[in-house]
Amino acid sequence: MNSKQNAANQSAMDEWPLWEVFVRSKSGLDHKHCGSLHAADPQMAIQLARDVYTRRLEGCSVWVVRSDQIVASDPADKDMYFDPMEDKVYRHPTFYKLPPEVDHM
Amino acid sequence: MYTQAMDSQPKEERERKPVRSVEEVELERRFDAKIDAGDFIEAKDWMPDHYRKTLLRQISQHAHSEIVGMLPEGNWITRAPTLKRKAILLAKVQDEGGHGLYLYAAAETLGTSRDQMVDALHAGKAKYSSIFNYPTLTWADIGTIGWLVDGAAIMNQVPICRCSYAPYARAMIRICREESFHQRQGFDSLLTMMKKGTDAQKAMVQDAVNRWWWPSIMMFGPPDDQSPNSAQGMRWGIKRVSNDTLRQRFIDATVEQAKILGVTLPDPDLKWNPDREAHDFGAIDWDEFKRVIAGDGPCNRERLAARQQAWDDGAWVRDAALAYARKQQTKQEAA
Repeated sequence: MNSKQNAANQSAMDEWPLWEVFVRSKSGLDHKHCGSLHAADPQMAIQLARDVYTRRLEGCSVWVVRSDQIVASDPADKDMYFDPMEDKVYRHPTFYKLPPEVDHM
Repeated sequence: MYTQAMDSQPKEERERKPVRSVEEVELERRFDAKIDAGDFIEAKDWMPDHYRKTLLRQISQHAHSEIVGMLPEGNWITRAPTLKRKAILLAKVQDEGGHGLYLYAAAETLGTSRDQMVDALHAGKAKYSSIFNYPTLTWADIGTIGWLVDGAAIMNQVPICRCSYAPYARAMIRICREESFHQRQGFDSLLTMMKKGTDAQKAMVQDAVNRWWWPSIMMFGPPDDQSPNSAQGMRWGIKRVSNDTLRQRFIDATVEQAKILGVTLPDPDLKWNPDREAHDFGAIDWDEFKRVIAGDGPCNRERLAARQQAWDDGAWVRDAALAYARKQQTKQEAA
């Protein structure tokens, strides 16, 4: 590693880690991802998340997760990964044509 | 608008690699097809280097604009005329801090760090919107900023909600939701002074409008025929509406609002043109704009000094928080 990379790595280590913020806006709803922020530790992350992402009563519950803890599917594999779902139309209720008397099923 | 005319790149960045692999040509073809289809690009998707660099510059400068924009308004927090106005101004400035955060977060997804972006700002390599280099001389300036500056910002930001780069678009949607109160509170403040104020207060409002009008319409950037990078921005779905179109929309909307307030806009050439169905307006002093962008506006040095000082003064807080967090972590692991 050259010295520039060393400096960059050190600099990265001196920065507060990144957290993703999820807010439940109303009792009964899911938590939704609403953004991210940097914080030094979990307590600070929750407090800052409340300060920044619920200024207008947008939430009754807040989750924070360190961004590096999130596991995501690879967008490059998107087609291959989700392709099996594409031709299984029989998973949808509309695939089935029923007599009108029972179509409310 | 916060980045108009500031995206001229150094020459070496503009030169493309002469030879590209077959794979890269195919990736770019697919990328272009996505853009043409109105599809969104996310952080981990492949994108041309130039697209990434352009967005990084634009988004980070937009973020800097929000943070620096807190300064001219912060100037009046301790001097607001009533508790209500003070609370409103605090809320607005607080929002702007938050907007900076959303935008820095979007920029970081493109492969940069907060420290790097702040360094670029302090070194003068990254710019921020020209408008924030003007001073807030009276209380009426605060209302005028809300009316004209936030008004211009909203005009520019709404189309960006459909930017092809999704993290930027999402940040913009959040920002637009919060921004509308910024303009309304400014108009409300001016309306109060114009309808119920003393003659001196009305004169103060008119004076503020006289000073902020031209810088506000400069916010939309140079005319289309002098904006060489606009075409590429449009091709990539980063820029959706041209500078001149946005500027015209803003002027047409604002003329009507000025009538309600009872102020005159300081442009003798401002006149409704029935053939164009739009207002003609006078010549903009683009030399002033270039000077201010280049660092020679009334408050450039003061703004940058304030930001540098805030960064320096806050270093012990950032370091202490990190040291504490690491200590707690070590204790937990040992237990």
